Amino acid sequence: MSSLLEIQGLHKRFGTTEVLKGVDCAVRQSEVVAIIGSSGSGKTTLLRCINMLEDFQAGRIVLDGEEIGYETRDGVRRRKSEKEIARQRALTGMAFQQFNLFPHLTAAENVMLGLVKLKRMSRDEARTLAMRWLDRVGLAERADHFPGQLSGGQQQRVAIARAIAMQPKLMLFDEVTSALDPELVGEVLQVIKGLAADGMTMMLVTHEMRFAHEVAGRVIFMNGGVIGEEGNPKKMFLAPQTERLAEFLKSSSFN
Amino acid sequence: MFDLQSFLNELWIARWAVLFGLGTTVAISALAIVFGSIVGTLVGLALTYGGRFLRLAVRAYTDFVRGTPVLVLVLASYYVMSTVGINLTPFQAGVLALAVFCSSHVGEIVRGALQAIPKGQMEAAKAIGLTFRQTFLWVLLPQALRQILPTWVNTAAEMVKASTLLSVIGVSELLLRTQEIISRNFLSLEFYFFAGALYFVINFGIELFGKYVERKTAVAGQG
Amino acid sequence: MGYTLNFDAVWRSLELLLQGLALSLALAVVAILIGAVLGLALAFALKSKAWWLNRPALVYVTIVRNLPILVLVLFSYFALPQMGIALGKIESFVATLAVYATAYLAEVFRAGLQTIPRGLTEAGLAIGLTRGQIRRSIIIPLMLRNTLPSLSSTLISLFKDTSLAAAISVPELTFEARKINVETFRVIETWIVASLLYVATCSVIAALLRALERRLAIPR
Repeated sequence: MSSLLEIQGLHKRFGTTEVLKGVDCAVRQSEVVAIIGSSGSGKTTLLRCINMLEDFQAGRIVLDGEEIGYETRDGVRRRKSEKEIARQRALTGMAFQQFNLFPHLTAAENVMLGLVKLKRMSRDEARTLAMRWLDRVGLAERADHFPGQLSGGQQQRVAIARAIAMQPKLMLFDEVTSALDPELVGEVLQVIKGLAADGMTMMLVTHEMRFAHEVAGRVIFMNGGVIGEEGNPKKMFLAPQTERLAEFLKSSSFN
Repeated sequence: MFDLQSFLNELWIARWAVLFGLGTTVAISALAIVFGSIVGTLVGLALTYGGRFLRLAVRAYTDFVRGTPVLVLVLASYYVMSTVGINLTPFQAGVLALAVFCSSHVGEIVRGALQAIPKGQMEAAKAIGLTFRQTFLWVLLPQALRQILPTWVNTAAEMVKASTLLSVIGVSELLLRTQEIISRNFLSLEFYFFAGALYFVINFGIELFGKYVERKTAVAGQG
Repeated sequence: MGYTLNFDAVWRSLELLLQGLALSLALAVVAILIGAVLGLALAFALKSKAWWLNRPALVYVTIVRNLPILVLVLFSYFALPQMGIALGKIESFVATLAVYATAYLAEVFRAGLQTIPRGLTEAGLAIGLTRGQIRRSIIIPLMLRNTLPSLSSTLISLFKDTSLAAAISVPELTFEARKINVETFRVIETWIVASLLYVATCSVIAALLRALERRLAIPR
């Protein structure tokens, strides 16, 4: 079976700094891929390119047979229209380190916004669906609370519900537990684990090595803008092949 | 449409009128700023450190002035002063109105700046044995001034703009001179444009100066 | 002093003053509505990365903010006809005040836009909303809440600026007050009542916007 996501020769520059220097990787349907690496290694940028939150200068990202963000016609590579890119962004869901919930909307309304504006649902339909997803992340009873009335962990769970309600083919998690107090990390990881068990295809940038070990089928170690090493988490964590990974694992606490 | 040749001719003929108008505008603004700032500082001090009744009275004064259009202050000052037997020239009545307007603005600026100083500063000063007077002069004022100065410079630009309102009571400042010139030569587009340009240059200059002051007064390591 | 307060004449003219006040309010409301729409567009232009948008917007705001409004009022009414644009007194004044309001509101809105975290735009993009949808559903509603306090003071100062319409004989509150002053010679009474009407209206505007602010406050 072919891959759901295929990335070839991805290059990304911020001004003159090259952040991604040719990344190739593929993700199969229902696979859970953890991306680890020190800060500045390009792991978050990789994730943001897949969702076109960052433009990239060279390479191709193909999701379910569709080239993301760019098209090449008559040998000229050009960015797709804003409208087309917006449609493609909805194919992937994303959860952010800072949750980024819309503060003026309740938890339910946060989830409903995309359903009403993009899937053209009526408010009632959208509300029903939103409640289902909020229930799924264990927050049905908080549906009418505003983000400011929720704990960090609850906000992050709403943000995840908001993303998966759009039924994306691929979920991207960008350090979703880094901004949380330690006692709130567990509830968020629990939600992600549940999604993995349901067969959701996911890529997650994380610092939680234990979690990566537990939930990911494969780990990608980013180093200096390229993939330094990848493979089965058990093998990689126990017997790193490269010195860089060994060093990185030693410096990051396993707990 | 814009007749440059005749404009330049007429401008040369009217050069002294323009210059006197400009001088009057500057004089009005400067006097209003000086008097307004002195009174305004007292207003700010009263609002911050005054007793209950003083604060209430001064607050009523500033609220009243700030809720009234400057033009109404100007007209009221012009008509009311003579009615109560104080004979002021239009120039004096106008400057009085603008100074009152200025004082309420400066009062708010001073109050805001003084209240923005953390309470701990006052306590620290007391703790080392400074009197209120000493504390105010050597601890509070220098800190407040950094916040006051940039906003105060902007108030100056407001005064220059407000000085045009004195044309309504017949003070021959730049705008009234311009109107008089136009009534002679009918070059309304050209001369209003010219007056606008002069006001812009003055106010933009003040604005740039304000930004310069802001940079200069910034405390290293803050904001 | 030999002057005793007697409000009779002013009370008899109260209706005239109230009509003037109504016109003042109408002038302000229309100008502010136009100014708010244009000012919002201008605020986005100011924040735009495209120089051909942000430069002209900045030039506009800088010029208008540094001109005395009375010069603009007289210019529109007396000089624009020379360019073939002849408007009635009221239209001319409303247009001028709208020009002025646009510049001030653009500044207010620009400052408000700066307080909106970038992450919210990204979250909107990530679920597939277009930039237009994000502006309408997220950025503008949040920005309006944030700017209500400065919006309130801008509205009050624009309302006070309607007094300048008296300079081109628009029969608003200041114009009527001056007329009553000249006709009745009850100078002090007239100006006390006129100022009180202005002060009271300003307080009402401020109170209404504070109430709106409380109503729209996001529970937390």
